Amino acid sequence: MYIELRHIHKSFGDFKASDDVSFSIEKGKLIGLLGPSGSGKTTILRMLAGLEHQDSGDIYIDGKLVNDLPSNERGIGFVFQSYALFPYLNVYQNIAYGLNIQKKDKAFIQNRVRELLDLVGLPGLEKRYPDQLSGGQRQRIALARALAPNPELLLLDEPFAAIDAKVRKELRTWLRQTIDKIGITSIFVTHDQDEAIEVADEIVITNQGRVEQVGDPAQIYLHPKTPFVAQFIGQSDVITHYSRLRGFEHVKGKHNAVIRPEFIEIHKFTDDGHHDFESSMEDGTVTEVCFRGSSYEVRVDIGGMTVTGRYPLGGQALRRGDQVKVFIRQLYTFDETSTEIITNKALDQSDLYYI
Amino acid sequence: MDTNTKQHPGAVEKVLRSGILSWILILTIWGLGSLAYDEYFLPSPKETLDSMWTLIQNGTLWADIAASVWRFIRGWALAVVVGVPLGLVVGSFTPVRWLVEPILSFFRFVPAIALTTLFLMWFGVGDQSKIALIFYASFFPIFVNTIAGVASTDASLIEAASCMGAKKARIFFTVMVPSAVSNIYTGIRLGLGSAIICIVAAEMLVGNDGLGYLINSSKLYFKTGWAFAGILSLAVIGFAADRLLQFIGKRTLKHFGVR
Repeated sequence: MYIELRHIHKSFGDFKASDDVSFSIEKGKLIGLLGPSGSGKTTILRMLAGLEHQDSGDIYIDGKLVNDLPSNERGIGFVFQSYALFPYLNVYQNIAYGLNIQKKDKAFIQNRVRELLDLVGLPGLEKRYPDQLSGGQRQRIALARALAPNPELLLLDEPFAAIDAKVRKELRTWLRQTIDKIGITSIFVTHDQDEAIEVADEIVITNQGRVEQVGDPAQIYLHPKTPFVAQFIGQSDVITHYSRLRGFEHVKGKHNAVIRPEFIEIHKFTDDGHHDFESSMEDGTVTEVCFRGSSYEVRVDIGGMTVTGRYPLGGQALRRGDQVKVFIRQLYTFDETSTEIITNKALDQSDLYYI
Repeated sequence: MDTNTKQHPGAVEKVLRSGILSWILILTIWGLGSLAYDEYFLPSPKETLDSMWTLIQNGTLWADIAASVWRFIRGWALAVVVGVPLGLVVGSFTPVRWLVEPILSFFRFVPAIALTTLFLMWFGVGDQSKIALIFYASFFPIFVNTIAGVASTDASLIEAASCMGAKKARIFFTVMVPSAVSNIYTGIRLGLGSAIICIVAAEMLVGNDGLGYLINSSKLYFKTGWAFAGILSLAVIGFAADRLLQFIGKRTLKHFGVR
């Protein structure tokens, strides 16, 4: 493993920022550290960079124990949320900062700066000062500056948080492509799950100082290991007494369940004909209809439980108060420590029937 | 016209912002006021200019201006040369800052004028005591602002430099000092103001030249016009010096956050 954290503990006063954090990362991967604010993800990043020191536990980079290595000897590129460009230096001087420390000669620095400006798609901006750049441009220059000294590991702290939504999407894709081009091992922190899912090869989910789950985005999405992950990833409605729903039985010890929009189908039947699984559907009342571009997002009340689903644009128009049929394909049940997927029995039976 | 001024500054707004109206207003009030009193109590603007002209012709005003300016430049420059480096060092070592701050907050409330007598005894009646006084007065704003500038360096800039391999000394010179420039500049400007206030007080108490002496001695000869001439010269010098500093600052230190 290229990077390894072993049993890291870190407290700030009474606040536990890291509570027995252990995970490892393969070389060349792009990792997303995902979690709500205050979950300890930035602390992990800062400890990797040597900007913060763990109370106990070991950090290895490329097989080397770096516990006692100060940040200026770790060979890490760090991109700050606030960019942290030197406002009194122009773009050229900012990018050249780390190269000057490495005592590179002038010709080398000139070439390297030009190369990096090409890489980040901003050639010719050498003479500009940070206050003459847009947020997106600043972030690109900050990346170029972090990459200039050829770090072994790139760390990005909420790199897009301060950038407006549209540019942020472009930058995400761009960052992914740029990092692929250089092949540098990278870790970025985000609280935005779309960002993590879209950009990262692998996601580390943190909550209250602990690592909840590590895995590739699809794996985490489909098989959330902990109740927190089940609720945090995707759009989730948490319901109680799920055994009241048709086709589901109570699982011992697990009282709550998570239902995601993609787990349910909403129908509005106007004919009297026969429909598949109709006997396993719930009767519900529409409480909210939101247009989401490619579909409607509909909230439905089923005997006191609220679930959210999607409804196609072309279908029967839905209005608040409409009576609908809801088919729940599956849900996650959970207790304090684990989750379990249960599928509607109607689907099991029909599978049997068809076999 | 009204709608026009909102989009781009109209003639009225331009004139108001230029300050010309303010000058006309103050001169009018002064002129009208002086009609009510004789020239020994309140000389008119014209009588003041006449006094100035007399003093310029006999060379006294130039000599006094030169004496004052030369004194405050020496005292102020000394304060810059001592206050800035000292402030940089104190500001970058937090324990030293803790040590110095109580002393600073105590002496902040001791005005330079209160020290005049002491300084006269310590440094004599010549230029030395006056320069020391000006140094004392302008040192504090320079020193305090420099400390604040260094201490308020954006932590992420220091961390960014450190991640790129910078050691302490390099961080001090390439991050902390440049980050403090804007505050240092403010301190120097404030120090200039204090220096000018202080020079008058010092010269009024002792000496035989300078603008303070001119203003103070006018009462001996019952020449109220001289006092006005001295006051006006002070205002012009202060204003010009500050504008000059501002001009230089805006031109050369724009990227250090000087506005």
